[in-house]
Amino acid sequence: MTDSETKKETPLQHFVSKEPFDPYATEVMTPEQERFFMASQWRIMWWKFRRHKLAVISAIVLLFMYGSILISEVLAPYHLNTRDRTHIYAPPQGLHLFHEGSFIGPFVYGYDYKLDMENLQRVYTPNNDNIQRLRFFCMGDSYEFWGAVEGRFHLFCPAENGSLYLLGTDRLGRDQLSRIIYGTRISLTIGLVGVIISFVFGIVLGGMAGYFGGWVDSAVQRLIEIIRSFPELPLWMALSAALPVTWSPILIYLGITVILGLIEWPGLARAVRSKLLSLREEDFAVAAVLMGASPRRVISRHLLPSFASHLIASVTLSIPGMILGETVLSYLGLGLRPPITSWGVLLNEAQNFDIVAIYPWLMLPVAPVMIVVLALSFFGDGLRDAADPYK
Amino acid sequence: MFTYLTHRILIMIPTILIISFLTFLIIQAPPGDYLSNQISELRSQGDTAALDQIEFLRHEYSLDRPFVEQYGVWIGILEGPNGFSGLLQGNLGHSFEFDRPVSEVVSGNIAFTVLLNFSVVLFTWIMAFPIGVYSATHQYSWGDHTLSFVGFLGLATPNFLLALIIMYFANVHFGTSIGGLMAPEYINQPWSWDKLLSVLEHLWIPVVIIGTSGTAGMIRRLRANLLDELQKQYVVTGRAKGLPATRLLIKYPLRVSLNPFIADIGNLLPTLISGSALIAMILSLPTLGPLLVQALRSQDQYLAGALIFMLTLLTVVGMFISDIALSVLDPRIRLGGKRLK
Repeated sequence: MTDSETKKETPLQHFVSKEPFDPYATEVMTPEQERFFMASQWRIMWWKFRRHKLAVISAIVLLFMYGSILISEVLAPYHLNTRDRTHIYAPPQGLHLFHEGSFIGPFVYGYDYKLDMENLQRVYTPNNDNIQRLRFFCMGDSYEFWGAVEGRFHLFCPAENGSLYLLGTDRLGRDQLSRIIYGTRISLTIGLVGVIISFVFGIVLGGMAGYFGGWVDSAVQRLIEIIRSFPELPLWMALSAALPVTWSPILIYLGITVILGLIEWPGLARAVRSKLLSLREEDFAVAAVLMGASPRRVISRHLLPSFASHLIASVTLSIPGMILGETVLSYLGLGLRPPITSWGVLLNEAQNFDIVAIYPWLMLPVAPVMIVVLALSFFGDGLRDAADPYK
Repeated sequence: MFTYLTHRILIMIPTILIISFLTFLIIQAPPGDYLSNQISELRSQGDTAALDQIEFLRHEYSLDRPFVEQYGVWIGILEGPNGFSGLLQGNLGHSFEFDRPVSEVVSGNIAFTVLLNFSVVLFTWIMAFPIGVYSATHQYSWGDHTLSFVGFLGLATPNFLLALIIMYFANVHFGTSIGGLMAPEYINQPWSWDKLLSVLEHLWIPVVIIGTSGTAGMIRRLRANLLDELQKQYVVTGRAKGLPATRLLIKYPLRVSLNPFIADIGNLLPTLISGSALIAMILSLPTLGPLLVQALRSQDQYLAGALIFMLTLLTVVGMFISDIALSVLDPRIRLGGKRLK
């Protein structure tokens, strides 16, 4: 009693500012801090991704590779089907800059051809007097740009009446480098189309399983289990053997992508499911449901965006498998067939031991396969690390 | 534990049934069948006597019946021309191409398939275990980086080319005969010491090639798991109490991070079988893979169906074994799941 009385008599002295209250006054952020703390999730991801040097390099490599698809015809020095009967199974020609100490720009030495009658083998020896300078921005083999526009323009071509086989030629005297450049178009897109298919399946089925749970979940789970317990390769082989022989090459191409996509989706569906299972319990999801959002809206507007980055990373990591899958199928003659040209179709030529022993350059299409698979793996790794920027 | 086991086994039955149906569906998908292809060929030659025989075969193997009935006969729940004789009765069907029962065609190859896959699993474990432990305990060291790089490279190289190249060099440098699982002179010979040596001499090539990609993946997982464990409090405590480093490592974190080795039997088997099918085709090994491709190409439907079915069965059983082993070895897994809900 006495205490309160004394308080009333002498009110506590304290300072009250007349200025309006600003709750953030003490912690004003410098512009730099603001930039950092207010950054969006994607921006933080980008910062984190940038630090993964290998992933950035891979991204650049991939950009170039996919960019080359757009202008394959221009990049390739020859047309896909140009045959050179005088250069059958010619080994790669080395690119030189200097001839006997003097600089004359990029050129190749022409080949002297001789048939070795003892081994019945074609022998090509570089002739040091036959200097064939490369031409740049030149007119060469005519082609149909994307199958529509006629053109003859190339980035670089062989000398007039000369040859330019930087990666050698095959059994019909066709330039390997040009064929690899053309093959990039098919090999790289087959993974993309396949991934889109598996992406759609994975999100729809995995999303339903994770969100609804119960019997939907167990049905999808069983389905995933069954598809995963099929050994991959026999399943691929069986399915692609089931594609009718009468189909046009383009239909076969689409069929193969669908097969690759159908086999890959369970992995993605699993990831989506387990993520959704934990996310749907989060407060923001419950709030959305209580406010009357439909399941479709909750999944697509609230749940999927919160792990979209993870999805993109795992999708990237599944492309290499598809590219390798196509290579294997075509190698076995069950996938794409000529006239469609992919890296796998090119490797189909390198099937026996003569090739390894006598014409090893026919195995070169394996190099872009390895580069792309490695680049996609590193790129996907970088994305996956960056996808969780708060870690 | 008992309920868990029965639950698992009960789930396996519908799985296997659906798989058998899907198998049959895939096999039947291409238009025509082996016999109708034969018929059109014979008809063009005007050979009517053989046509009668094939018509008899069509009836004998119920190819003249609708799809679902064919499936029923194949499985053994419908009555075929010779009574009930399908998978359930242990009859795998008849191979048109070899004109022999499938079981006869396949029997020799099964042993080699199992031998090959078993050796690969063994190889994978022997390689992945020490390398994974080394990579984790020496994180970011020179050795770790080198091994990781080699691992990635192994993942990115198409196996079939590796097979060609290794076989070529084995032939040039060691004089190993090309292809097959033994030198040609031992085929159809009784088992002897020399034959065994010859098999071993050839076996390492497919084992190394098939094993490499699996090993790379396994090393990554073991390394990641072990790294997680090494950060934990109990490791620090153990070290603070003066446990020798090796003993500490083997006794605690290693045991916990062993799970992927067991769990991977399930994942390993399908990939191994896929991988070995491809490699076997290129190295012409007497396993099930090449047989399957041949059967698929010639639409020899019962042979192909039986092969895919057997491969899948192997996988399902492998997954089952790995689940059981995991639940025996790791008490956390047994307690989890149903009972906590």
